Amino acid sequence: MAGLIIAESSIFTIFVVAYLFYIGKSLSGPTPRQVLETPIFFTVCLLSSSLTIHLAGRELERGHRVSFRILWLITIVLGALFLFGTGREWHRLIYERGLTISTNLFGTTYYSLVGLHATHVTAGLILLSIVLLFSLADRVGMEQSARIGTLSMYWHFVDAVWVVVFTVVYIVGR
Amino acid sequence: MSSDAMAIPSAGTAARPWVEVMHEWVTTVDHKRLGILYIVYALLFLVVAGLEAMVIRIQLIRAHNDFVSPQVFNRMFTMHGTTMIFFVAMPVLFGFANYLIPLMIGARDMAFPRLNAFSFWLTAFGGLLLYFSFLGGNGLYGAGNAPDVGWWAYAPLTAKAFSPGPSSDYWTIAVLVSGFGSMGTAINLIATIFCMRCPGMTLNRMPLFAWLNLVMSGLVLITITPLTAAQIMLMVDRYLGGHFFDTQAGGSAAIWMHFFWIFGHPEVYILIIPSFAFVSEIVPVFSRKPIFGYSVMVAATVCIGFLSMSVWAHHMFTIGMSAYSNSFFAITSMAIGVPTGIKIFNWLATMWGGKIQFKTPMLFCIGFLFQFLIAGLTGIMLASAPFDWQLSLSYFVVAHFHYVIVGGILFALFAAFYYWYPKITGRMLSETLGKIHFWLFLIGFHVTFDVMHIPGLLGMPRRIYTYEPRPGWETLNLIVTIGAFIQGAAVLVFVANLILSFFKGAKAGNDPWDAWTLEWSVSSPPPAYNFASIPTVASRRPLWDLKHPEDPDSRYE
Amino acid sequence: MRRSEQTRVVVARLAGIAVLLGGGLLAASLCFGSPQNPSQIPNIFDPRSTPAKAIFHLSQFVLAITGLIFAVVFGLLTYVLVKYRKRPGDSGREPTQVYGSTQIELAWTVIPILIVVVLFLATARVIHSIQDAPKPASALEVVAIGHQFWWEFRYPRLGIVTANELHVPVSDPAQPTPTFLTLLSADTDHSFWIPQLGGKTDLIPNRVNNMWMDPYQTGLYFGQCAQYCGTQHAKMLLRVYVDSSGEFDAWVRAQQQPAVRDKDVSAGRRVFETTACINCHAVGGSVANGRFGPDLTHLMSRQTIASGAADNTKANLRLWVQTPDAIKPGSLMPAMQLSKADLDALVDYLVTLR
Repeated sequence: MAGLIIAESSIFTIFVVAYLFYIGKSLSGPTPRQVLETPIFFTVCLLSSSLTIHLAGRELERGHRVSFRILWLITIVLGALFLFGTGREWHRLIYERGLTISTNLFGTTYYSLVGLHATHVTAGLILLSIVLLFSLADRVGMEQSARIGTLSMYWHFVDAVWVVVFTVVYIVGR
Repeated sequence: MSSDAMAIPSAGTAARPWVEVMHEWVTTVDHKRLGILYIVYALLFLVVAGLEAMVIRIQLIRAHNDFVSPQVFNRMFTMHGTTMIFFVAMPVLFGFANYLIPLMIGARDMAFPRLNAFSFWLTAFGGLLLYFSFLGGNGLYGAGNAPDVGWWAYAPLTAKAFSPGPSSDYWTIAVLVSGFGSMGTAINLIATIFCMRCPGMTLNRMPLFAWLNLVMSGLVLITITPLTAAQIMLMVDRYLGGHFFDTQAGGSAAIWMHFFWIFGHPEVYILIIPSFAFVSEIVPVFSRKPIFGYSVMVAATVCIGFLSMSVWAHHMFTIGMSAYSNSFFAITSMAIGVPTGIKIFNWLATMWGGKIQFKTPMLFCIGFLFQFLIAGLTGIMLASAPFDWQLSLSYFVVAHFHYVIVGGILFALFAAFYYWYPKITGRMLSETLGKIHFWLFLIGFHVTFDVMHIPGLLGMPRRIYTYEPRPGWETLNLIVTIGAFIQGAAVLVFVANLILSFFKGAKAGNDPWDAWTLEWSVSSPPPAYNFASIPTVASRRPLWDLKHPEDPDSRYE
Repeated sequence: MRRSEQTRVVVARLAGIAVLLGGGLLAASLCFGSPQNPSQIPNIFDPRSTPAKAIFHLSQFVLAITGLIFAVVFGLLTYVLVKYRKRPGDSGREPTQVYGSTQIELAWTVIPILIVVVLFLATARVIHSIQDAPKPASALEVVAIGHQFWWEFRYPRLGIVTANELHVPVSDPAQPTPTFLTLLSADTDHSFWIPQLGGKTDLIPNRVNNMWMDPYQTGLYFGQCAQYCGTQHAKMLLRVYVDSSGEFDAWVRAQQQPAVRDKDVSAGRRVFETTACINCHAVGGSVANGRFGPDLTHLMSRQTIASGAADNTKANLRLWVQTPDAIKPGSLMPAMQLSKADLDALVDYLVTLR
């Protein structure tokens, strides 16, 4: 997993570099300042899900399958909320503010970077949901702690990437 | 799971239905089988890409030749480069790493066997997808819809406006997919080397081959992904209307170059470092001495790995960067020559005081040393930015990198083939055919690539389907083409050797070269489980210790 | 057996050197044209301009150092192969096992580092001398715009627009009149390379690059596009005419004239001005104002057409208009599909555009 995270970090770095490089270079169209609204609530959701997944892992190590299941479910819900928020943000940007991926450089780099992250969140949610199903079938116990830990590492990575993306897009890029 | 599929055919073995054998091979997760699959796959594509090179050379044999049209020529050089880098060099090196590393570190398989298989099939699919592009478009006669944008696919030539058909997409997706395969193998190698070494084998005692492949894998993780990212951006541009490289919308063509070469330069180190690994294993055995300066070799390789990520823009000296940028990349590119030179000196020192046996693997290693030295020196010339302003984008550069890749990497690979073929198949390759192969290839190589430097000095740029009859260009190109045919003949000898020796070669036994690393302690070919019991080692050369109990290495390390 | 083997190795090495040297001598013999007429070979070791000369001197220095390194290491390699080969009748005992030596490692680390420092300092000096050279007031300014697959040259202060063949004044080292080029691109990446006059610089869309040259010898210099730009990259040729100051002034004056309006070819002019020609081409003082293709105002002042792909003759012009693929397959000039009469008239018109 560490290897995968290193490789993925490299991909994200390139997209971040492209985003930073193109700040202010759009020839036309809406600028970040004009259309972006900082998604504080949904960020909090995603970052909290890191906490809940960590707690879930701890519960599993102690053998508490039920509390693991509950915390795991909360993690999924928080992650799904984040995706919902991103989707709603995009809907607003496209239909109310006319910013699409082909509008200008800002549009291209914004949707690519946030979209790449959202894709990784989606992949993570799918994996988490599969684990949830196994857990509901009572197949996830203390013995699977290491694997749950590996998956949690991926989830933490996705959160960490969001911290970077958030900073670059909503703070630096404005 | 048996190893019978690699067993020497002999009278008395009941033939199994070939469908069963095929099924075993297609579904295998055994690192040895996957290694062989990678290698065979790469050899097939080597022949294909070699034919593409022959088309190029025939077209360039004289000025204003019309052997092929410009469109076909441009597809040929694009496919030749792309195939050789992504579907010959990378697979064959991954194949050897896959086969040898678990054996060398005393493990039964790689850390993630199924990921291993998945990685192979991803790479395989990528290659097939790339060649699928030959169908469609103008049909096979016009080289179909194969990409024609050069293997770097510079923007904005790849934009929809300038490459309206799907040919660039074949390039993008095929390479993207095989990139995922490479990442999988890299993760696998790192996990295997870190976690599965046998007892007693500290990192300080593992074969250099393992160390160098570890560094290579680290590089793969960090530097293949920039290309993946850039390719995703290219697809966004081409299909979602994005503007990453759209200069009309304020996008930058230079940023594609940066992203590509941030991948591209470390990529060539990804290719050369395993080649160094081969040489570092073979030269000691045929000099009958341990590698000189093991720790320094490791340190130098790690150094090369890091430095290789700081030199990329020496491919971009001509794009008009500032004097400071050019100076920076000039010095980093020169600096990387220092650890590389150290390695050459260490190999020389290994041979010094030894008893050199001129068997075929060693012959190829000697060729490697000589040619890699020259390639490194022409590299220093290119690192000197103003000199590069003349040499860049000309046939001098083409000669330089072929010197590295053919004179360096391919020679090291040939050495590896001759050295480990007995282990993999249980048969020795013919020494006679091997020597013919070596000498023929050496002559052909030098006729082609020594001479090829000169047209570059005389102003001939690269990637041109024809040229004006400037004095000197025609004769020189003719000589280059003749050398190419000689090399082709040599490769045919090699392939014949591979095939004939499989059936008629002398039985190899466990340890035909009197070598010292763990793979030589098992049978040839090894059993499916590698080791009956996991060995314990006390030094870098466990077999030396066994053969020389009165003077084991463990006393000196 | 062993002895003949290693003998062969050494002989092969020496043969390789011989090939290298032989090739080098061959190249050298081809390289040096007479000082009066620049050779027709665009040889980087035959500089005729200050940047090219600076690069040439640097290259000699680099070649000397790398040559020395090669001689030393090659010598060592040969020595090792000869001295430490396994002799026939060898006892079979293993040689002394040596594992390493810190002092030696240090030595062959420090010395290369010193070499790198020296090389780098020499390199950096030349980088700055070329890239940061100030532009004197007497400099001629040219804007070069790269197209698929031809070169557009504009002289903004002189009001000249031409294509493919660049005219510059010779520069007297005592009182330099260099030419400073601004490099732009209309489509993909290109690269401007005249080896005898300087290193190459790329033309990249949405980017402004600069280069300069001060040729000190008159004559015709060859080069071509060096960055793969598409199907006809190979025939995006360059000609630079370094004129004496008198010749240059005459050329400028001729280029600044309005387009020749010869009444005898009015039929051809009408064909030109009423078909798709004017979508791409411009002829000064007429309705033709296209920018996609070369400016044809003084077409006949050029020696070649299609960016050097063919000589500028009536027959070639005819062929180019009717079937460009016969000269440059894949170029962006469309086959005009004119009737024979129209084509004849058109070509008669074109050859009047001196």
